[in-house]
Amino acid sequence: MTRRRVSIFVTCIIDQIFPAVGIAMTEVLERLGYAVDFREGQTCCGQPAFNTGYRDEARAVARHFLDVFRDAECIVVPSGSCTSMIAHHFADLFHDDPAALSEAHNLQSRVFEFSQFLLNEARVDDIAARFDGVVTYHDSCHALREFGIKDGPRRLLARVQGLTLREMDAAEECCGFGGTFSVKFPEVSGAMARTKIESIRRTGANTVVSADSSCLMQLQGAIRRAGLNIRTLHLAEVLAAT
Amino acid sequence: MSLIPVEDIRRTLSDQKLQTAIYASTGRLIDKRRSTVAADGLPDYQELRAQANRIKRHTLDNLDFYLEQLERSLEAHGGKVIWCDTGEDVADFILGLAKDRGARLIVKSKSMTTEEIHLNQRLEHHRLEAVETDLGEYIVQLADERPYHIVAPALHKTRFDVARLFTEKLGVPREEVIEKQTMIARSVLREKFLAADIGVTGANFLIADSGAVVVVENEGNARLTSSAPKIHIAVAGIEKVIPRAQDLGVFLKLLGRSATGQPLTVYTSFLSGPRRSPESDGPGEFYLVLLDNGRTKLLADAAKRESLFCIRCGACLNSCPVYRKIGGHNYPWVYSGPIGAVITPQYHGILHDPWLPYASSLCGACGEVCPVKIDIPRLLLELRSEVVAEKTAQGGNGAERTAFRMFAWVARHPGLYARFAALAAILAPHGHDGWLRSIPPPRPRALRNWLSQRDLPAPAKQSFRQWWRARSRIRQSS
Repeated sequence: MTRRRVSIFVTCIIDQIFPAVGIAMTEVLERLGYAVDFREGQTCCGQPAFNTGYRDEARAVARHFLDVFRDAECIVVPSGSCTSMIAHHFADLFHDDPAALSEAHNLQSRVFEFSQFLLNEARVDDIAARFDGVVTYHDSCHALREFGIKDGPRRLLARVQGLTLREMDAAEECCGFGGTFSVKFPEVSGAMARTKIESIRRTGANTVVSADSSCLMQLQGAIRRAGLNIRTLHLAEVLAAT
Repeated sequence: MSLIPVEDIRRTLSDQKLQTAIYASTGRLIDKRRSTVAADGLPDYQELRAQANRIKRHTLDNLDFYLEQLERSLEAHGGKVIWCDTGEDVADFILGLAKDRGARLIVKSKSMTTEEIHLNQRLEHHRLEAVETDLGEYIVQLADERPYHIVAPALHKTRFDVARLFTEKLGVPREEVIEKQTMIARSVLREKFLAADIGVTGANFLIADSGAVVVVENEGNARLTSSAPKIHIAVAGIEKVIPRAQDLGVFLKLLGRSATGQPLTVYTSFLSGPRRSPESDGPGEFYLVLLDNGRTKLLADAAKRESLFCIRCGACLNSCPVYRKIGGHNYPWVYSGPIGAVITPQYHGILHDPWLPYASSLCGACGEVCPVKIDIPRLLLELRSEVVAEKTAQGGNGAERTAFRMFAWVARHPGLYARFAALAAILAPHGHDGWLRSIPPPRPRALRNWLSQRDLPAPAKQSFRQWWRARSRIRQSS
């Protein structure tokens, strides 16, 4: 039997700063029997430019993405935010370009956020992972509000041996990252992160898990600045642990 | 062109008392809203939102028709419709009427539309006293401030602030018990109601087919304002019209719940014209002032027309993590929070406050709670692209534009992208555990701003693509 092939889009932040997340995702997918395809032509989804208002620049990057993944059967992305850029906002960029627009629409049914792929496509919730720790889950905004990803990651975490999941009161509150927002409004962004971290602390968890590495970059940076002993991990890293 | 009010925001952020007041008050409103729209209490909540959105869309797409219908039906009841282009026109009308009728005192119930046009200041300028009768509005009027929040104007004031204010402005002994403070305001305001010549209200909805002005409130002051004085003037933006009385149910179910978590506000007044024989109560004269003040400009833009759907419930403010930090007064106009960030640039011009559409982490909480389903995050993104286009047209934005052009160029050239990234990973001053805490100068502003609040992870020594390539090589050779 030939193994089903999945293409992965390793977001720019993960590629450059958190490669362990991409490696973990690859391991989980391979453990489930998928043949993982990483296209070396891939770079970024263009969201930084799009969210800052630079649509021409975002369009150019999106077009590159379409070229790279044109014949990919299915694309798994370890980020709710980048998935929403690809599945929702590419279409906003190409309303004047029917050919690219139809490609963008065509892509919508082929691109999956990592946890959704596991639950809805691979149809597994138990990856036979083992992770000893008390974990709290941060709902990254775009995963939560653009895809309704809420119970899925928790279901996956609940099946991890040795893991205790504790809900924080502000699970759905933004971490304050927001892309260029974090450097355009640094003090507001920092204050938002600190509010979130207070909520994390109240759970007594030693690990914060999320579906988006950009949120975790913000949170871990602020946690370190506060001198706290809490670590952040992407969901894929927890699921890859044995 | 205004810049980000960095100093004012910093002051708000460092005021612990204020931070607690904002966070706690909005938190309470969030919880109350959530429990009243929950499926066990309102199973058709999502359908109601969709329906409210459809009604608003239909009405605004046919606004001319419904406004004329409204005028006809209201005048059939003996009311009079006054069309005003600007706030100045509204003030001129009220001043003219007051002069003609010898009026000296106006009582007002809460109205964001009159705040928008600074009606009180305009009237006071002509020595016409206008007194706010909603408790929160009365407090901010005494404090000489503008509303902090669309539905909770004194949200930022603690009872101790109010105690100090009442002692100072009303000369009463210090009183810190909220109920007793309310009684103080009540006794002052009761005299004003009895002495007032004109009552000015806003309007939550205008019903075109039956010719009614609908005002919702909790304190009974709007009902007194509209019925005790001899003259009632309702001031409303033209977008407040809805087609039929039967459409109102959809909005009333959503408004109270979204605003304060109430299934229905305490008072819902239907005001349709002056007192008619043989009625013994109500004003002798009834005017509806319909205000444009830039609304037709928004209406003309089909892509952003939904900005006018807003029913001013304030739910987007409460749910906004940015509003919950910076509060209401750091927004440049009376409309604060996410909806303020969306409508202010459209009323005042995109470059008046070019930072405003960026004052959001795009978390989407606002869009999630909006009872009429305004896609606020999408509108913010649209406005950001307009800011960039306008700035570029004026030759501004140089450094940021160059940075994004370079980003886009590199992102289309994977070989270069990989090489740049590898270079950055080598050059980055790796600190302890691969985290950067400080960087030697010259530090780009973005980096400096990031590091002002948190540490930054250094680029990984081996990127994912390098790992992948190395693994592929090993697999091929084995």
